[in-house]
Amino acid sequence: MDFPSFYMDHLAGGRLIIGLIASLHVLINHPLAVGAYPLLTWMEWWAHKNNRPDIDQLAYKITFIVFIVTTTVGAMTGVGIWLSTSLFAPFAIGSLLRVFFWGWFAEWLVFISEVGLILWWFLTWKKANTPEKKRKHIKIGVALSIMSWLTMALIVAVLGFMMKPGEWNQTRAFWDAMTNPLYAPQLGFRTFIALMMGAVFVWFATFFFTKKKRGYEQGTGPRQLRNWVVYRMSHVVLVSLLGTYLFGTWYWSAIPETMKANSSVALLTQEFMSWHGQFQSLLGWTILVFAAIGLGGLGSSFLIPRWALLIPSLMGIWLLGHFERAREFMRKPWVIGEYMYSNGVHKDELAFLQSEGLLKHATYAKHREVTEANKVECGKDVFMLACSRCHSTTGLNGVIEKFTTMYGADKDWDSSGMALFIQGMHQTRTFMPPFPGNDKEAEALVAFIQQVRATRESLPGAQSTGVVVAPPTAPPAMTASSQP
Amino acid sequence: MTMIPLLANTPIPRDLPLPLPLPEGVLTVLLVIFFLVHILFVNLMVGGSVLVTFFEWLGRKDARWDRLAAAIGRTITVNKSLAVVMGIGPLLCINLVYTMQWYSANTLTGHAWLMIVPLVILAFLLTYLHKYKWESWSQGGWKWLHQLVGLAATLLLLFVPLIFLANVNLMLFPGEWEKVRGFFSSLSIGNVLPRYLHFIAASLAMTGLFLAGWFGREGHEIENTPGFTRPELRRIFYKVAAYVTLAQFVFGPLLLFTLPAAGITTQLYIIIVSGALVGLLTLWLLFRELKSGDDRIGRSYVQICVLFSFVVLGMGSGRHVYRQAALAPHQAEIKERTVHYAAALAAFNKQRAAAPPVEQTPEQLFMNCAACHAPNVKLVGPPLTEIAQIYAGNPDGIVAWAKAPGKKRPELPQMPPMIHLGEANLRKIAELMLEKGKAAQ
Repeated sequence: MDFPSFYMDHLAGGRLIIGLIASLHVLINHPLAVGAYPLLTWMEWWAHKNNRPDIDQLAYKITFIVFIVTTTVGAMTGVGIWLSTSLFAPFAIGSLLRVFFWGWFAEWLVFISEVGLILWWFLTWKKANTPEKKRKHIKIGVALSIMSWLTMALIVAVLGFMMKPGEWNQTRAFWDAMTNPLYAPQLGFRTFIALMMGAVFVWFATFFFTKKKRGYEQGTGPRQLRNWVVYRMSHVVLVSLLGTYLFGTWYWSAIPETMKANSSVALLTQEFMSWHGQFQSLLGWTILVFAAIGLGGLGSSFLIPRWALLIPSLMGIWLLGHFERAREFMRKPWVIGEYMYSNGVHKDELAFLQSEGLLKHATYAKHREVTEANKVECGKDVFMLACSRCHSTTGLNGVIEKFTTMYGADKDWDSSGMALFIQGMHQTRTFMPPFPGNDKEAEALVAFIQQVRATRESLPGAQSTGVVVAPPTAPPAMTASSQP
Repeated sequence: MTMIPLLANTPIPRDLPLPLPLPEGVLTVLLVIFFLVHILFVNLMVGGSVLVTFFEWLGRKDARWDRLAAAIGRTITVNKSLAVVMGIGPLLCINLVYTMQWYSANTLTGHAWLMIVPLVILAFLLTYLHKYKWESWSQGGWKWLHQLVGLAATLLLLFVPLIFLANVNLMLFPGEWEKVRGFFSSLSIGNVLPRYLHFIAASLAMTGLFLAGWFGREGHEIENTPGFTRPELRRIFYKVAAYVTLAQFVFGPLLLFTLPAAGITTQLYIIIVSGALVGLLTLWLLFRELKSGDDRIGRSYVQICVLFSFVVLGMGSGRHVYRQAALAPHQAEIKERTVHYAAALAAFNKQRAAAPPVEQTPEQLFMNCAACHAPNVKLVGPPLTEIAQIYAGNPDGIVAWAKAPGKKRPELPQMPPMIHLGEANLRKIAELMLEKGKAAQ
């Protein structure tokens, strides 16, 4: 990659940070924006139709929470995925923006309308005081629900795009993503799990707004209100549960096909199979817990205590998190399928760099050629360019840790063996991109790793110590054969 | 191709080898327009917060200012959300047009760049707390707390634009990138601080103009701002807009004259000076409004807004013209380097495709194994001497094992399958292994 390297030692480049921001975003977006908006709109509509101001008020109070959370943490983590990816993988996000520009652009337009609608819906709720205004207000809620779902549908397409093996390269067309065999099951799964979790959220939030108070008319007291919500949300849970199960299973059975197309190599498959098995049992357990809650809620609103609602929510979060890992999984060793490796090296420049050297063509490196004197410094730059997007030195997913597992903590590590291993590891560890440098650079990398092992020195990123610009290459890299 | 020679240590990176999705000119126009829409809402958010804090403080003596502050606070909820969502478009465009400069600046100020996310979340949460606790936190110590919350939100909202400004500024001067050691040191490059002053003043002026219209409009429920008549409100916010715009005639030239020479062109001066002239006209209209009586104040509001838009468009274009000129040599060098690299790469790949595929020798194939299996020391796996003993005369045993290895030795990691090498190759390797192992015994 030809960008300065943002790098946080101990955090392995920072995928963890992207992951945390993205997970938080999904955990807010799915249950609250995709799941709760339609449910709350439906409550508002029902209240209007049956003249139940208490239900309208309850819907308003819950919307207040949803409004606060989605327009702060929800919105900013969405932007945050982008801001953090800009730091950790500018080569990937930069390429994706060029190819999927219209997808992102459409996503932006939908997002603008989503934000506009939530502001409009929530802030004008109290002003809708005539039946006519109320009907219009409910329509805003409907539009908002549609737009929230569309935002998700578009993003899922963009995500699917990155994984589409092979074809992306040749066609580079946005609509390809829609024909991805994982698109429909993935979208369906997300939609129903969002509704399921959204319903549990509405149910949970209701408990806080239906504490016993005097002064209610007969039949509309907090207890009846709670009954009303719990009974209906149980239905939503049970119906969406069926959808979650069906789409989840479809996704689960569609995924190995895609995996096969991606990688026929056994090791990755082994690791994947354990994920695959876990997903199945996690899906089963989650559905069971939601079913128990849903059935309990059908019986009596007081059967299920407040704390018990946290269990399905946590299960849902766990399942979603596990589900998201699949994407990471299937991408390796690519960041963009069959086009760009996770360290930013293009498929078609790999052999070139292996023959010419990675440092020769790098901009942010101290030296262009490895010599005995500059070996460790070169190794450091090679590490930054080729490894640091996924590995740290001594911290998370650290190279020291990896080699310790292989060669032992108390023994000397054989430098020539390590260099050989580095140059061939993609053969056996198929999730690793091939080493994109020449023999000398592999040796330099080993020298650097050996030094880190000895000194445990920390490695700062460009955000703290800046960049060094390599001296210009003598003549431009134009070879005789490339001239007309 | 080079226009002005760049500094010797200017990094000239290779661009991404993908075409832009739209012609560069179109993206550039979109960038300027989207950016101005974004910055309008940012201005209203920042300027609004400053005014809320200030008026709430005035409100300690005279309660009507407190009510006015609360009324302004209600506009911020909407403006801040629009500021965020409208920021995506310009970010999309700048990422495309200035890929190599923009991401580099992000990285060089990386810690601060990443902090944008939590800081804005915190600022927004505090803004909501401030808005929705206005009534219940209105007495004694609670009021102090309320004001502190407002102040904290405002300070955060004043700080975040500085991070963006540092990036927008730093991307212009690739020749200086080597000097940068994190966000704070990036502030000493170019002229971030004059830009920042200009931005803050613009925020206040824009908010003044917006609120003059917002509270002066027919639909404004005047009982929400007790103690003020509609003309009074117009006058207050016209004053904010007028005096701050007047101050821009100091901040503006300060910004212009501290700009590094890199992007200064005659075109830039023409745009900026025309913008300033329209600004003068706007200012004259504003002061004329301020002098007129209560029955007439506000009659030129639309004209003022239109003129103001031209001023903003002028400043926005000027900003872009400067950037384009400042980065033109760098962009040209990047393009040249990218083309050279692509040519060299294509030549290499052509040559490689033309060369007949060479069959790998057993020795070369063995490299797939050598990292773990040494002749007579245990590395990750058993040494060849041991393998040669176990599989003496049985190379097919090695092949079968390598295709689907199990786990025999608890102290060693399990061997990964090597089936991808193909059966024929595995057989060659197995024979060589036995040979080597025997020799080493």
